Amino acid sequence: MFQYVIRRLLLTIPTLFVTSLVAFILIQLPPGDFLTNYAAVLAQMGERISDEQLRALQEAYGLNQPVYVQYFKWISGILLRGDFGLSLEWKMPVSQLIWERMGLTLVLTTSTLLFTWLLAIPIGIYSATHQYSKLDYLFTAIGFVGLGIPGFMLALVLMWIAFAYFGQDVGGLFSEQYRNAPWSMAKVIDMLKHLWIPMIILGMEGTAGLIRTMRANLLDELNKPYVNAARARGLPEWRLILEYPVRVALNPFVSTVGWALPGLVNGGTIISVVLSLPTAGPLLLRALQSQDMYLAGAFILLLGTLTIIGTLISDLLLAWLDPRIRFE
Amino acid sequence: MSAQTTAPALPVAKPAGAGRTAEWEIYVASQWRLMWWRFRKHRLAVVSTVIVAFFYFVALFCEFIAPADPDKLSSSYRYAPPQGISFFDENGNFTWWPGVYGLIPSRDPETLRITYTPDHSQWYPVYFFVQGDRYKLWGIWEMDRHLIGLGPEARDVPFFLLGSDRLGRDMLSRIVYGARISLSIGLVGVALSLIFGIILGGISGYYGGMVDNIIQRVIEFIRTLPTIPLWMALAAALPPKWPPEYVYFGITVILSLLGWTGLARVVRGRFLSLREEDFVMAARFCGCSEARIIFRHMVPSFLSHIIASITLAIPNMILSETALSFLGLGLRPPVISWGVLLQEAQNVQTVAFSPWLLLPGVAVVIVILAFNFMGDGMRDAADPYGR
Repeated sequence: MFQYVIRRLLLTIPTLFVTSLVAFILIQLPPGDFLTNYAAVLAQMGERISDEQLRALQEAYGLNQPVYVQYFKWISGILLRGDFGLSLEWKMPVSQLIWERMGLTLVLTTSTLLFTWLLAIPIGIYSATHQYSKLDYLFTAIGFVGLGIPGFMLALVLMWIAFAYFGQDVGGLFSEQYRNAPWSMAKVIDMLKHLWIPMIILGMEGTAGLIRTMRANLLDELNKPYVNAARARGLPEWRLILEYPVRVALNPFVSTVGWALPGLVNGGTIISVVLSLPTAGPLLLRALQSQDMYLAGAFILLLGTLTIIGTLISDLLLAWLDPRIRFE
Repeated sequence: MSAQTTAPALPVAKPAGAGRTAEWEIYVASQWRLMWWRFRKHRLAVVSTVIVAFFYFVALFCEFIAPADPDKLSSSYRYAPPQGISFFDENGNFTWWPGVYGLIPSRDPETLRITYTPDHSQWYPVYFFVQGDRYKLWGIWEMDRHLIGLGPEARDVPFFLLGSDRLGRDMLSRIVYGARISLSIGLVGVALSLIFGIILGGISGYYGGMVDNIIQRVIEFIRTLPTIPLWMALAAALPPKWPPEYVYFGITVILSLLGWTGLARVVRGRFLSLREEDFVMAARFCGCSEARIIFRHMVPSFLSHIIASITLAIPNMILSETALSFLGLGLRPPVISWGVLLQEAQNVQTVAFSPWLLLPGVAVVIVILAFNFMGDGMRDAADPYGR
């Protein structure tokens, strides 16, 4: 086990390195850079920027250096000083902009993950033990529809219904008075009040998928002889199911934790844009559009890291649950 | 585990008499026929297939099916609500012919919004195969016939069965035209990722060893990257000055660059398990060439699986395009795709007053669901060990 953990941890290092490389290449891909964009915007407003000024700015931001030097500067700043560079658009350090948003992204994804599990596991167990009952059909139908409806569509429709029929603006994570307020107990409570709508929207797809998996896994287990044997010995039905088949059925669940976390980060990006949540998604979109490269790069890097950590957690959990994995 | 162990034992001789019993037919049916029988039993999948076929038919003949030119503006009918079909003419008499009422615009004195009420004194019959806006079918044949319309006499009468948008363009026509781009992008994207997937997955599964290891690591790496931020970044990298067809192609390449991993895994898995099968070994002993083993013996036995996986991959591509275009990073107007149309529905206030702007989303959901059910049915049918 120990050896496996070490090997798995070591494996994340090259992955993280390649991720940082990809993030950097991505922010370099768009033709032109922030300054050409900036100059174009200024020109639109009727202002002109002289070539000399441009060159001075280039110098200041280090945009005239070769790409690998830029990468090296960027990554060493992050690793050694936690300095993600300067947001060109906001004119302030990237680290000041991202942490709160990354924190909120993490809060949203973890609470969604918990919500998904709390909902999906009992429903999955019920569906499997009451196969072809009315409720099972209902859950199956909901599951299929949940898998088919894109999250951002659901977000749009819910927002429309809330706005048109209840006169409520469900966007955002905070009420008006807390939006720019410093963190306090009241603000946390206010956030929790707003959290449930994005949580439901974000969790819907995952919940539907997990119910299907749980149901299928458990159905496979329930037909096995050991279940019959235990039943023949007079074990109470609920204990019998919870103690053995459910545990086995949960195994593939854990292996999807790794996919669940990145999936939520993924889905969350678009849903956050629609619901204008103060998470990473909308700011990343904005940064990409204005070619604010350091800000965009920081987000891509951090989201990638989050995903890699998610996969790592699931791998370790799985190794702990299922001894066969370690010896592969 | 080979297919032979589960297949019923072959009867020694053909049953007496010319009557081909149902049982006999099962024994001699080809693999595809067996699959078709199984697929047919999956009612929902069959219905879904019909729906998908219908949408592709609409996409194929969108110029003819759309009642109007999707770019035709009518400044006097902005955000017009869907006009209902009515069977009562201007005198209130019942007719067997469908028709629509005219629209009377009026300005709300408080909000200054223009609202439309049906004008019951004017009733226009709806005709089939009527003359309307000129178009070029598939960009080749110039025509002016449309499936439905009000006819040339009523050219200036509003005909918005699904309402109109911000510039008074017909939503129905736009959704029909959008189907062409949105549905084809899924096909092209999946075709591209299939090429990547089959080549890389095939190499990985057939040769194994070092190559397999490298390709698997690459796949794992791509899968650990968060896709949507990555798409966003790649899509933002498309030069804004590109003409629409370049952007279209760029988007499909972006989608398939990240989408091939799933298909590659399926192909590899099948190759790995088939490589060990007795019939492959037999073919090898018979001195078949590698190419013959792969294409004559192995590919036919996993083709059905691949087709099922493809069917399940297409809706993801469609969804991705919609999401990207919705965010403004994918296709851009004047191209018409469902994602582009949904961009108009980004503002809640606008949607609250004209909810029909969400209709392209309904089309997306229907197509996605139909594709998923169809793929599900195909996957079950392709699985010889299924229930």
